[in-house]
Amino acid sequence: MTTKHRHETNLIFSKKKLYETVIGLEVHVQLKSRTKIFCGCAAGSGGEPNTRVCPICLGFPGVLPVLNRKVLELAVRAGLALNCEVSEFSKFDRKNYFYPDLPKAYQISQFDLPLNGPGYLDLRLEGKTRRIGITRAHLEEDAGKLVHFENDGFSGVDYNRTGVPLLEIVSDPDLRSPREASGYLKAIRSIMRYIDVSDCDMEKGSFRCDANISLRPVGSEKLGVKVEIKNMNSFKGVERAIAYEVERQREALESGEEIIQETRLYNADSQKTFSMRSKEEAHDYRYFPDPDLTPIVLEREWIEGIRSSLPELPDPRGDRFQEQYGLPEYDAGVLTAERQLADYFEAAAALTTKYKTLSNWIMVELLGKLNEADLEIKDSPVSPIQMAGLISLIEKGAISGKIGKQVFAEMFKTGKEAEVVVEEKGLLQISDTGELDRIVEEVISNNPGPVDDYRGGKKQALGFLVGQIMKATRGKANPGLVNQLLRDKLYNP
Amino acid sequence: MPWEKERNMTEKQKKISLLDVEKVAGLARLGLTPEEKAKLGGQLNDILVYMEKLDELETSGIEPLAHILPLQNVLREDRVREGLSQEQALWNAPEKKDGLFKVPLVLE
Repeated sequence: MTTKHRHETNLIFSKKKLYETVIGLEVHVQLKSRTKIFCGCAAGSGGEPNTRVCPICLGFPGVLPVLNRKVLELAVRAGLALNCEVSEFSKFDRKNYFYPDLPKAYQISQFDLPLNGPGYLDLRLEGKTRRIGITRAHLEEDAGKLVHFENDGFSGVDYNRTGVPLLEIVSDPDLRSPREASGYLKAIRSIMRYIDVSDCDMEKGSFRCDANISLRPVGSEKLGVKVEIKNMNSFKGVERAIAYEVERQREALESGEEIIQETRLYNADSQKTFSMRSKEEAHDYRYFPDPDLTPIVLEREWIEGIRSSLPELPDPRGDRFQEQYGLPEYDAGVLTAERQLADYFEAAAALTTKYKTLSNWIMVELLGKLNEADLEIKDSPVSPIQMAGLISLIEKGAISGKIGKQVFAEMFKTGKEAEVVVEEKGLLQISDTGELDRIVEEVISNNPGPVDDYRGGKKQALGFLVGQIMKATRGKANPGLVNQLLRDKLYNP
Repeated sequence: MPWEKERNMTEKQKKISLLDVEKVAGLARLGLTPEEKAKLGGQLNDILVYMEKLDELETSGIEPLAHILPLQNVLREDRVREGLSQEQALWNAPEKKDGLFKVPLVLE
């Protein structure tokens, strides 16, 4: 490129402004307690409508909510795992608004004194690490579920979900791309599952996300007008919704339009965002302290006790997998994304030294079969001990890697030990020279053409002969031995 | 404002405008007649004037109060307690349908 050209390119760019995408996420994590946050109703999902309700979560007059101890512990656990400053003094507030899914006409939430204050998450993406700030992570109650009967002109309300405990994790506006947003979400989900505070099942709604998106000219410090996107219920959906919204805002800004602060809904079918019918008034929640609930005062010692009970988190564990087991970064990342999978690997790794082989078998065969059968690692029919058993058979040369796949498939189907499957199916590798001798001689006498070719200098003919021997032994011949015997016999007939 | 003229209020005593009254009523989903707005506006204004007495106290060194009772950490164990049956839950509902509370159509 000549200097002149480069200069022209710069001019074009200076005419067209470059924008930076600014994203902040609000994640709602359903905490894994048996009962709701302020009453003794079961906190499960599904089932007949209005069957897990009581006067407290239905908002009857005169009832008193009482905080669930387990919910408090889970929330502090989550806060600590996100490097938050856990408050020694926090309280609950009422967020007032009218909507039929909210029987009290207010939601119990936390306003100015949240349980978990500022924290951060070190986001690893495409070989880089960026620190994403977490503004706060506070407790609140979930609302009920609305079912719309448009044709009949009414809505129905199911209050089973009302009062289910939620932790709302609010990020700083630190995310810069749809990929970063979904990477951040995956990291939050992985951590929440590791520390066992939530199932984080997006489909079941125990992990939900809203995004605040704005654009600003590159180099500008001031935030642009933000738009809130709701209704994204998969990681792909989050990426697509944000990408669509960024493009929509860029086009609007370039054509001189003003961005209106509003809430837009994402539609997964059309992959677009749509403006929600705008409310005549701006939100005015008139927060005030809930007099029905007492403040939460936590002692440092208690908080530190919870901190010390946290397990090793995914990223540090991945680093350790690379160091301790010599695994590549990719393997370590896959194996430590879920705690149970990492535990599986380590349980098997205690019984073998072939860590990379083990990693391959878990990542390819085991995860493949689990995925096919729609099973989770905790339900694997092949235990870590059995997996280690299979690998030791391969390492000993009792079976080849190829036969190993066959053995593994049978183990997965029946739950049997590798040795048992090998014995029952007669798959033991033929390492007996006498038996192989006979087969090798047979193949040589049946294939005079390729034999002559080989002796005449066409070395690739050997591969064909090896193939014939493997075929005759149904893959059970020890490949090293076959090669050796074949060469011997071809040179010394 | 009606209440301002009626009572010959000084500037300092004017705490709330008609617009404020309408906004607060709107947030509370109350439909008020002009007479009600005037009457309630006057009463709200009185309350705010009265509350101003608190400004006379020196509070700069005092922590904001989160609760009026000297209580903290009132917690319950995570144990399931029998609630209401669906029939009981819907007992007082003006309208119901298939176990759901029936409400006017709300669409997002």
